[in-house]
Amino acid sequence: MTELPNRLELEDIRGPSAVGGGARRFFDLLRLTSVTEFKLSYHGTVLGFLWSFARPLMLFAILLLVFTQVFRLGSEVDNYAPLLLLNILLFQFFAQATEQAASSVVRSESVVRKMQFPRLVIPLSVVATNVLQLGFSLIVVFTFLLIYGVEPVWTWVLFPGAVLVLVTLTTAVAMLLSVIFVRIRDIGIIWAVATTGLFYACPILYPIEFAPEGFRDAIMLNPLTPLFLQIREWVIDPNAPGAIEATSGNPVLLLISVLIGATICIAAPLVFNRGAPRVAEEL
Amino acid sequence: MVIPTAPAPERRELAIEVRALKKGFRIPTQRVDTLKERATSLFTPREYRRLEALRGVDFDVRRGEFFGIVGRNGSGKSTLLKLLASIYRADSGRIRIAGRIAPCIELGVGFNPELAAYENVVLNGVMMGLTPNQARARFDAVIDFAELGDYTDLKLKNYSSGMLVRLGFSLMTQVDADVLLIDEVLAVGDAAFQQKCFDIFATVHAEGRTIILVTHDMAAVEAHCDRAILLEGGYVDKGGDPAAVARRYLDLNFPDDRRGVEPEDVHDPAHGEQVRIADVRLRDESGVGSNSFAQGDGIEIEVDLEADARLESPLLSIQLVNADGLLIFAPKPLAIRDGRTLEAGDRLQVRARLANPLAAGHYFLHCGVGTGRNEYRPVSFRKNAADFVVFGTRPFAGLVALEFEAETIESADQGSTGS
Repeated sequence: MTELPNRLELEDIRGPSAVGGGARRFFDLLRLTSVTEFKLSYHGTVLGFLWSFARPLMLFAILLLVFTQVFRLGSEVDNYAPLLLLNILLFQFFAQATEQAASSVVRSESVVRKMQFPRLVIPLSVVATNVLQLGFSLIVVFTFLLIYGVEPVWTWVLFPGAVLVLVTLTTAVAMLLSVIFVRIRDIGIIWAVATTGLFYACPILYPIEFAPEGFRDAIMLNPLTPLFLQIREWVIDPNAPGAIEATSGNPVLLLISVLIGATICIAAPLVFNRGAPRVAEEL
Repeated sequence: MVIPTAPAPERRELAIEVRALKKGFRIPTQRVDTLKERATSLFTPREYRRLEALRGVDFDVRRGEFFGIVGRNGSGKSTLLKLLASIYRADSGRIRIAGRIAPCIELGVGFNPELAAYENVVLNGVMMGLTPNQARARFDAVIDFAELGDYTDLKLKNYSSGMLVRLGFSLMTQVDADVLLIDEVLAVGDAAFQQKCFDIFATVHAEGRTIILVTHDMAAVEAHCDRAILLEGGYVDKGGDPAAVARRYLDLNFPDDRRGVEPEDVHDPAHGEQVRIADVRLRDESGVGSNSFAQGDGIEIEVDLEADARLESPLLSIQLVNADGLLIFAPKPLAIRDGRTLEAGDRLQVRARLANPLAAGHYFLHCGVGTGRNEYRPVSFRKNAADFVVFGTRPFAGLVALEFEAETIESADQGSTGS
């Protein structure tokens, strides 16, 4: 053991918190736990790490078959295949990260109840693991885009910004769900259904211009919609309608969806911070 | 360089200061089991009962102290521990701690069974406050101490429970905390491992670190702690000298109610109730009535007798039996009133003194009155006439501590055996 310092000052112990224990420790823990979780996610499989690439490809093959051969939707949209692949992976990231995060604090019960552990690390590490996963998937997507013949354009540099917004929103939802789940377990089931709803209320399978007029307004309220529209315009098809054009003269809808997103992002840390100190006793 | 000698413990700076600490929990009283109940209960506010675990706790721990926290189940001990460890947040009051605290509420709590020792040591080391680089650097030391050098490539799920405990404990000793918070970790592991734990505590203590031990084991508290507090009903019931705290703990645990073992009188029909054993009381060496004794402290036995009829050559027999019913000691029956005849109506008291080399445990006294010059013929007998608890101060195995000394003698022909 190392030498003891000569004098130590008494410091107030305020109990557990979302980020307690210093920034350094917080990020060390976050990094270690998310890398460990990532390693473990393909643990014991034959392909192992290769699944990071194989899984999105397999999923994509199925969807492409269904939507170009069965529903014939794909043939009417430019670059439908790469659009579908990109959309699916981005949404899957959102859905998986939030669903896993919802029960994460409860699953880490033993650590929460028996160790000094910054609570926020738990849902954040779930999101971080999924970000790693997304990173590998995006390598596949962009390789595919180039092979498929999508022209690289300067707006590709805006894509990381859009992903950053998606990750922020995902993190906020993950924080909210994980702390609510401790008290109200029903939220896990509700959220599983809600993500399915969000999936269809978002231009993922279909381009926005295919949605019927009245339905399109509802879709615009989904905070994920502007993101997906913008990503399509920036990455896949510069001629596709962006978030502003899609509102077709009704920017209030866009404003509302951005407000909803912003509210979630601001409320999440506040709610989590409030709930974090009592998590151990509510479990 | 002059190295200053460590000041006496009572003059050292504070390591922990706890003031008016309160903590309660909400416990839902209303159970909702069926779907209908659940649906209707959505609209009625849930009812809660408050459980006050700590009702205002104050104590100080000085730097470098080995400090014990004892208490019965439900006394608030675990809540206090979790407040100190930043697992719960206090309702009111204040905790101040100097330096870094390493809570060891359960060994190896954050271990992941799917990972090998290395990843687990690093991850847990960081959880307990090391930096990742420190944790990596300590890996060899952790493995050496845990004696797991041959098993580092195994996943933890393939470790035996003993190996896991060793790894967890070994890691705990390496995390450089200023204050170690230890909860009953010693309840696990075999005797050799426990000894090793206490050796480590002694080393850590000698380095000037503060150790808080939360335990039920009064022998450990008396043997190792400098000071202790006893929690009872959410308050500090007693604080200070570990021996006094341990005694109070045993008094609380074994209140003076015979612990459900009723005395049982047996009379010889031929003699009827000639002489009755009215009462048997125990006192400590200073004459205070007690039912718990520290090892080594003598026990006084007082037996009140009432004679309803004449009895020649009266004898008193005493048997000391342990909780398993094993006879520990029975002296030769002693002559009451030097063997002079008891007359009807006589009331008298016999006092006996018993040395106490007994192992920690629960003991019972059987008393009997008999008669006879050459042989003992029983008149009356009171089974479980008194009982008491002995708490340990000296660690030893067996039923009694015998006088024992040892010395080492150096051989004169040392090293010459090879020639």
